[in-house]
Amino acid sequence: MIRDPPVPTGGSFHVLPFPSRLRPIFGDPMPTSLPRLPDDRLAPLLGSYAEAMRTARLKTLAAAAILAVVVIVAGRFAEVDLARMIGRIGTVGDYVVRIFTFDGGDNVGRFVLTAPGEWMWGLVHWGKLIFETLLIAYAGTAMGAVAAFVLCFMAARNLGRHPWLRATVKRFLEFCRTVPELVFALIFVIAFGLGAMPGVLAIAIHTTGALGKMFSEVVENIDMKPVEGATAAGGSWWQTVRFAAVPQVLSNFASYTLLRFEINVRGASVMGFVGAGGIGQDLIEAIRKFYYADVSAILVLIIATVMVIDLLTERLRHRLIGREART
Amino acid sequence: MSVLVQMSGGPDGPMSTTRKVRSALGPWARENRRELEKRHPAVFAGSPTNRAITVAVVLGLFGLLVFALWRLDFSFARIGAGIGQLAHFLTLMVPPSSGTWARFWLFLHSLGETVAISLLGTFTAAVLAFPFGFLAAKNVMTQRVLHFFTRRGLDTIRGVDTLIWALIWINVVGLGPFAGILAIMSSDFGSFGKLFSEAVEAVDGKPVEGVASTGGSQLARIRFGILPQVLPVFAGQVLYYFESNTRSATIIGIVGAGGIGMYLTEAIRTLEWQQVSLLVLMILVTVAVIDQISSRIRFAVIGERRIET
Repeated sequence: MIRDPPVPTGGSFHVLPFPSRLRPIFGDPMPTSLPRLPDDRLAPLLGSYAEAMRTARLKTLAAAAILAVVVIVAGRFAEVDLARMIGRIGTVGDYVVRIFTFDGGDNVGRFVLTAPGEWMWGLVHWGKLIFETLLIAYAGTAMGAVAAFVLCFMAARNLGRHPWLRATVKRFLEFCRTVPELVFALIFVIAFGLGAMPGVLAIAIHTTGALGKMFSEVVENIDMKPVEGATAAGGSWWQTVRFAAVPQVLSNFASYTLLRFEINVRGASVMGFVGAGGIGQDLIEAIRKFYYADVSAILVLIIATVMVIDLLTERLRHRLIGREART
Repeated sequence: MSVLVQMSGGPDGPMSTTRKVRSALGPWARENRRELEKRHPAVFAGSPTNRAITVAVVLGLFGLLVFALWRLDFSFARIGAGIGQLAHFLTLMVPPSSGTWARFWLFLHSLGETVAISLLGTFTAAVLAFPFGFLAAKNVMTQRVLHFFTRRGLDTIRGVDTLIWALIWINVVGLGPFAGILAIMSSDFGSFGKLFSEAVEAVDGKPVEGVASTGGSQLARIRFGILPQVLPVFAGQVLYYFESNTRSATIIGIVGAGGIGMYLTEAIRTLEWQQVSLLVLMILVTVAVIDQISSRIRFAVIGERRIET
């Protein structure tokens, strides 16, 4: 498939010099010949190239300078103390070693994997809590996704018929996703009492906001021809949405919902920090009361669960996207 | 398309508008259904089975939801009572107020701290994740084993929530915003590593081939073939995360890792609802402003393009 380059008429041919100082970095150049413009035509081109490079370089430098200033100011604000960090960097290793070492019982001071049974002494209890965490994430995702599905068509630029309704729905979704779910959980724990219910509701509200935005973006990107067709055939707004928009967006919606489910599993794992159910309650207790081996056991269980969910949802999403690509 | 044309101009003449059509197919199409099925097999193929599967999936998902709600002790009585409580809280929230001016300045300062935590956390995470984005990409890291372990390692880091990272870092550097920065850095390091490597895997292979064909080494191929393609994508993702991290930075104060979250938790726990509403408003405004700024820069860098999170 290698063809000779077309020979331009009027120019001369010779090998471009390859700077030898670049040789150690970029390797040896292959011997090749390139057409070379006559010098009088080349000079202005080279000049404008150098000019363009200079402005680009200046822009990069300016951006870097601004970034540096912002970072330094932010560092001042956030009391970054690199000296303390460097002084205590060893503590990171210590902590990791410590959580993987038994701190009591017959095996004091030994690596946790030497007695996995003792390490995972609470497996049944923790397993139940992780199952509860998954259920919280699932229920929150499902309820949030349904709410987002209902709202997204009203918030989309191409389908929302009333400007004021669209603006209201958009503001509502923004509110739902900007207030962190833990803040909702904190408030709901006071209103509804301790337990999984406030956790589910908090996740559902946050999911409504996050998915509502993504869903409405998907809807804004649909092919409008079916919508026009349905409207031309006398379809009402509901019928237009049902028969022209929904079939186009469903697989994307499902894919985004799966992604959100995975995020929500992680979010549900810390709901217990504020008393809203799931494994978080036991984790924060173990960390605060310095039950080191328990910390690592619960963390390993959470990480394993998140990984499994991650793999499953990714596989499902690829199948969904693949199906869409085929049709 | 051809079906529609033939329906309106078919042997039955124009479709009557008054008669209710039960089937989705028009009268002409119903009569000639067999021929149509032969001509457009994709439209008709397996529709009953597909429908059955859809119904089964929806029923299954709904059943699981009901089971979850039952298992998690949902009760309508509790929801009703709780909503009443919430409405009561809402009435107590107006007007938003901090009580004293001194407290308001305290809030403002901690809000600045929150933004600083988010900025520094995102920035350090991006810098640290940069090389790993290439190490975890299949088209750069051809060593399968190393690629696998880099990916899994990043997934492990990503699997731990920011709040858990904050708790761990507090044990190392003590209470305060520094622990918050490290927490955001840790959890974003995993996310960035994954996103960056996906961006690297999605590059157009032709510039890389071009550099290789002129005799460029592996490093030159990355620098001149891949980097110019992925840098704007990276920048867009980092800016997007800066905005979403501002949201997460507002809560890490719950465990004592700095920022406005400490005051918010305190206000909620002591039922100071006017302060709660003020703090929430402050967060909303800040996030909106940062959203505006970051999306401006993002569009300037990469043009209007959707970002996969």
